Amino acid sequence: MRETKGFKIYRGVMLAVLGLFVLIPLYVMITSSLKPLADVQGAFTWWPSNLTVEPFVEMWKTVPLARYFVNSTIVSVAATVFSVAIAILAAFAVSRFRFRGRTVFTTTVLSTQMFPGVLFLLPLFLIFVNINNSVGVQLVGTRLGLIITYLTFSLPFSIWMLAGYFDSIPRELDEAALVDGCGPMGALGRVVLPAARPGVIAVAIYSFMTAWGEVLFASVMTTEANRTLSVGLRQYSTQTNVYWNQIMAAALVVSIPVVIGFLLAQRHFVAGVTAGAVK
Amino acid sequence: MSVATTDAPADAAKPARSRRAGPERRPGLSRWLPYLLLAPAVLLELLIHIIPMLVGIWMSFVKLTKFYIANWSAAPWAGLGNYKVAVDFDNAVGEGLLKSFGVTIAFSLITVALSWTLGMAAAVALQPPFRGRSWVRTLFLVPYALPAYAGILTWNFMLQRDTGIVNHILVDNLGLASDRPFWLLGGNALVSLITVAVWKLWTFAFLTLMAGLQSIPRDVYEAAAVDGAGNLRQWRNITLPSLRPVNLVLVLVLFLWTFSDFNTPYVLFGTAQPPAGDLITFHIYNASFLTWNFGSGAAMSVLLLIFLMIVTGIYLFVTGRRSRRA
Repeated sequence: MRETKGFKIYRGVMLAVLGLFVLIPLYVMITSSLKPLADVQGAFTWWPSNLTVEPFVEMWKTVPLARYFVNSTIVSVAATVFSVAIAILAAFAVSRFRFRGRTVFTTTVLSTQMFPGVLFLLPLFLIFVNINNSVGVQLVGTRLGLIITYLTFSLPFSIWMLAGYFDSIPRELDEAALVDGCGPMGALGRVVLPAARPGVIAVAIYSFMTAWGEVLFASVMTTEANRTLSVGLRQYSTQTNVYWNQIMAAALVVSIPVVIGFLLAQRHFVAGVTAGAVK
Repeated sequence: MSVATTDAPADAAKPARSRRAGPERRPGLSRWLPYLLLAPAVLLELLIHIIPMLVGIWMSFVKLTKFYIANWSAAPWAGLGNYKVAVDFDNAVGEGLLKSFGVTIAFSLITVALSWTLGMAAAVALQPPFRGRSWVRTLFLVPYALPAYAGILTWNFMLQRDTGIVNHILVDNLGLASDRPFWLLGGNALVSLITVAVWKLWTFAFLTLMAGLQSIPRDVYEAAAVDGAGNLRQWRNITLPSLRPVNLVLVLVLFLWTFSDFNTPYVLFGTAQPPAGDLITFHIYNASFLTWNFGSGAAMSVLLLIFLMIVTGIYLFVTGRRSRRA
């Protein structure tokens, strides 16, 4: 592609249009979170009548945001830890061993990723209700149920991405470890994992983002006790007032950790997401 | 997505190596080890995905109303009854499903087309390096990185009739309409849904296409430029064909995601969705949890699955045949 004058104009226009498309919602989110309530109840204004951090203080009182925050954090961290650990084991098997059913496993696991969530939602809800009735393990309305569910959501992509990472690590390294007397698990822990660290970090961030942002199952599987942020943020609009300034403040606060995490790991992400498509 | 994570020669060399590696290791363990390593993943996939899917198919054949939720084995057999109701377009349930299906088709096609176009336009604009390119790229990725509900809630606020920025710009600043339109009610709901969905999705297309562009060698463009091909012709004759494998996967993934989008309508409209924004996943969700008639919801889910499988099958067949011919 040559940088003709026409191309430069095209680039300028595209950057301006798409930049505005991306930025305007972010601008609205940030400025509205600094507005007093009166500002968001009248016609939209581009700038707060007076800048205030009050929404960031009040948002914890209007709804039990702190509890939602704790729930989301516990659920997402636990789902991430288990998902990454299970994905590492499975990816190691897929990458380093040839065994019967290997292709069946990878295809089945990846295809579950493509099915719409609503397919599992009703039966899973029913299964959880009946597990509770027969065994007494409560999975609806508890964090445990959410953790188990969410960790499977990120599992297929994590396994696939990690297997790709493991493949790129020369087998001679494992072999050296095996000769030195490590078992296969020792080779995984001492050689493969340290070399695949960027991949593990990217997968962990992906799993966390998946759990942190999930809405569909949270809307059914949570009650007031285990409600997560994705559903909890809607509580601001069920009050007699719609506290848009507090909603925007809360949305901003819950977004910052994942956005920073994602942007820090974007390099590994781009490689992982596109590796399969390009191959 | 292609599942080709391991290349064949490395695979073939594997067993010989591991046999050579540790003479003291018991052969039984290394035969069972891969299965042991896979066991947790397989168990969880079975519990959360495979078994529920089979249960879902069973559910679609029984009268699973709210009376039987806690005691499902007592639910009476319905045969094809749930399906008959779902596809009987003369009654309210079937008519609603058909309308929702139509809305979802329109929504998916437009959203995928727009997301792909914007993603491609931006990827091409960012193809030659320039100062600040990585900043622009990072900025464009923010909508994808944001938790879906946070972005959609912001759009919900922006699309409010009296307090939102959209009407402020359109009516107050530009004077395009004298009356403030409703964006979250009535016919405009579909436009709003598409806008929000594209806002979240186009950056994924951008990310994928940009990575695809990096794999095209620069000298191909230089050779074409020497032959006198302009940028537009270079795009049509080099960029587009080179991105074909990427595009095949990308379009399918975008379609499957959009077609079963739940977050956008749910967070944008709450549980009272306007008919113009009644996407199929959301429709099934409401049909199931408002009436607690899980049998009919399950039948609709199975129909959705069959539809998506047929579309995917046809898509892979048609595109696969065309690749072979080319």
